[in-house]
Amino acid sequence: MKVAIKRISSDPLGLLGLCLVTLMVVSALGASIFAPYDPIQLNIMERLQGPSAKHLLGTDQLGRDLFSRVLFGGQVALKVAFLSIGSALIVGIVLGLIAGYGPAWLDNSIMLLFDTIRSVPTIMLALVTVAFVGASLTTLIFVIAASSIPSYGRIVRTQTLTIKSKDFVKAEMLMGASLPRILSIHLLPNILGPLLILASMDIPSIIALEAGLSFLGMGVKPPTPSWGSILNDGFALIRNTPWPIIAGSIPLVLATLGFTFLGESLRDLLDPKLRKSL
Amino acid sequence: MSENILKIRDLSVNYHTDRGKLKALRHVNLDIPKGSIVGVVGESGCGKSTLITSIIRQLDDNADIPNGLIEFEKQDLLKLSQDNMRNISGTKISIVFQNPMSTLNPVISIGRQMIDIQYRDKISKKTKKQRSIDMLTKVGIPDPHIQFNQYPHELSGGMQQRVSIAMALQAGPSLLIADEPTTALDATLEVQILKLLKELQEEMGCSILFVSHHLGVIAELCDHVVVMYAGQVVEQGSTYEIFNKPAHPYTIKLLECDPASISQKQRLLPSIPGEIPDLTNLSGGCIFKNRCDQSIDRCDQYTPILKEFDNTHFVSCHLTEL
Amino acid sequence: MSKLLSIKNLRVRFRTKSSFQAMINKIEDPYIDAVRQVSLEIKEGETFALVGESGSGKSTLALATAGLLNAEEGQIKFMNEDVTTMTSSQIMAYRKKISYIWQDSIGSLSPRMSVGSLITEAYKIHNLKDRDLKMEADRLLKLVGLPTNIKERYAHELSGGQARRVGVARAIALNPKLIIADEPTAGLDVSVQGEILNLLNKLRDDLGVSLFVITHNLNIVRHISDRTAVMYLGRFVEQGQTDDIFAKPRHPYTLALLSANLTPYQETSLKNKIELTGEVPSLMDRPNGCEFHTRCPFSSKHCDDEFPPVHTFNGQQILTCHYPLK
Repeated sequence: MKVAIKRISSDPLGLLGLCLVTLMVVSALGASIFAPYDPIQLNIMERLQGPSAKHLLGTDQLGRDLFSRVLFGGQVALKVAFLSIGSALIVGIVLGLIAGYGPAWLDNSIMLLFDTIRSVPTIMLALVTVAFVGASLTTLIFVIAASSIPSYGRIVRTQTLTIKSKDFVKAEMLMGASLPRILSIHLLPNILGPLLILASMDIPSIIALEAGLSFLGMGVKPPTPSWGSILNDGFALIRNTPWPIIAGSIPLVLATLGFTFLGESLRDLLDPKLRKSL
Repeated sequence: MSENILKIRDLSVNYHTDRGKLKALRHVNLDIPKGSIVGVVGESGCGKSTLITSIIRQLDDNADIPNGLIEFEKQDLLKLSQDNMRNISGTKISIVFQNPMSTLNPVISIGRQMIDIQYRDKISKKTKKQRSIDMLTKVGIPDPHIQFNQYPHELSGGMQQRVSIAMALQAGPSLLIADEPTTALDATLEVQILKLLKELQEEMGCSILFVSHHLGVIAELCDHVVVMYAGQVVEQGSTYEIFNKPAHPYTIKLLECDPASISQKQRLLPSIPGEIPDLTNLSGGCIFKNRCDQSIDRCDQYTPILKEFDNTHFVSCHLTEL
Repeated sequence: MSKLLSIKNLRVRFRTKSSFQAMINKIEDPYIDAVRQVSLEIKEGETFALVGESGSGKSTLALATAGLLNAEEGQIKFMNEDVTTMTSSQIMAYRKKISYIWQDSIGSLSPRMSVGSLITEAYKIHNLKDRDLKMEADRLLKLVGLPTNIKERYAHELSGGQARRVGVARAIALNPKLIIADEPTAGLDVSVQGEILNLLNKLRDDLGVSLFVITHNLNIVRHISDRTAVMYLGRFVEQGQTDDIFAKPRHPYTLALLSANLTPYQETSLKNKIELTGEVPSLMDRPNGCEFHTRCPFSSKHCDDEFPPVHTFNGQQILTCHYPLK
């Protein structure tokens, strides 16, 4: 871990990414500390103001401080990103391991399941789910997780197939190692690294997806702030003031850049160098 | 004394690595007389791969050549521009590698590839095809008209290597470099390929630089042998001299340790203790001193120079100067 | 010396096409025999060498002996127990008595485990919790001539020779009765090959373990094995005392292998060399009659028609050939 941080720091973009991500995580987690106002506090008198010393990013149509809303919106973004990716990873890893290690018919069945899920566009899946259970944060997380499972599962499966035939796995089998032992100690650690990096590079798109779905009204319900809903509100007000849109876009851009740079830096790290030293 | 087709003088190559400057080759001298087969034998870390890549100018970006001369047909290859070097590679100097699949393009039929490498010749496609088929016949490919349309993966390893040789010899080079060409092949196939190389060499009159770690193969094929150790030439001479009258302690020990040289069944086999020194941290003196059982004080301080020991037999060792 | 391993008429098959593909391509028998009718015996404390070229089936035979591959036909008996009909607990006991040293010395070591963990894996797998693993690791490393501080290193940090010794240390952890060594000198420089061979010989002397060595390097066979078998297309063409086979090879393929073993030394060089033509036939297209006849310089029409009989010389040397060499 320390080696990783040192190496990332030597890559300027990676360092930038690390800083941006840290900024985002810290500001989101500490939103209640950093936010100068309550994000849902109405103040109609001060509506649609531009940035000022009092309101760093201005106010929206209901007079709510945009800066505070952005900070709390970060909590939603993080929650959605980590929960959905987290659950997708767990399910994807389990199914991927089974598909890769198990018999051919099981592999084919799981692949069929994955392909079926992937054939449904995420927006459609979201629409259908929302129609059945209504829009909420949980629905959002479920939809995003479900649509992410196939890609992670596929990667785990491919890696499992590759590693399964390697000599060190055969050596373990020959010594009498049980299946759980082989999967947990020998297979999984070798798969996890690249997988986690890939997942971290998905975070920007998940955040954008959340923003998009919230923008379409299928995500969090008002008055909970989310970057998407800020954008949604701002879109309607674009002729009056650009600031809500800017306020909603800035965090998205910074988060996307941050996670992408960090993820790419980690991936470059893992690929050539670490492979030599791993 | 016959003319030399390739003359390497005082070649040194360094690699810039994380651990420091790795002195992969140090003051290497090598001659390849016209029409002869010169073998370079050495173990891991001896620098034979670096030697080859220096000749064909394919060194990695982190390599640099502080000094040296590689003279081929009155030109210093190290001073040639990339364009001029390209004119020579594949025509006057060509190379066969250990793994034929690193030479052959897997998605193009072998016939197409044999025609493609004749791109410099201004002749008709029909002539090129005929030439290719002639060459394939020469290297022992059965039914060349049919094999012409096959893809590399459809051929066996031995056939693939024959095709690589055919491609290397198509342009009639004056120097063929063979980098462990038979190492990956079964022994019974290896002897066939070696026989083929010998026949082709006699017929076409080219010179061969044959690199291998296999002593038996070198002895079978080569006229002259160059023994390398940790980036240096420690001994060179005719095949007979090197294998029957080795003078450098490394060569002597190497031959002693070869299980093939021990005719009686032995419970305890000899080996050379220790490892090659760290080439990023050389301490001066003879490169073999830490593993030599005959070293003297002089070996610690002074690096021995390659000197003539006997007729065309050169050794780099202080003991032979005594 | 009692019989440790006894293999009779072993046949190991591999599937070349799935049932679906076989149906479409109208292939009746989508299998190839990697090992066919192989019989051998290894006694306690004995070293048996298996030589052959690519496609001979030697690795398949080794893996089947170790229990990693299933046999289609035939019997493998280890210490008089039939391996092919063992229960899972019996197989676990079997795995303690037989170990494997892999050809790829670095690739056979799990990349994320330290050397110390790697060589004590067997203890953890077989739940031998009462042992002091650190002490065992030190003991094993000492036996193979490695410094004890290598325990903390990882596979990719080792040299080929070191990795090989780690593989040996791992293999002797539970005091096996039989060690299968797949190409123990592959990739090693000639100047250090002796070290690993001496180590194997020493283990045999000190621990009384039997060795089943697979190699294509005839030069080491002479110094390490008591008996040797020569394999071609999945069959044994000749087997017997190593000294006899080297002094008087009776099967043309054995002679061809010895001829192809190029050495620069006049004294050990073979006088009456022969050369083979062509290449090894595909396992999917086995020649009729004697399977070696397509490359044999002594073959006649008879060799094409009829499968050769088995000859025994001096009760020891067994071979299948129509015209054994004098």
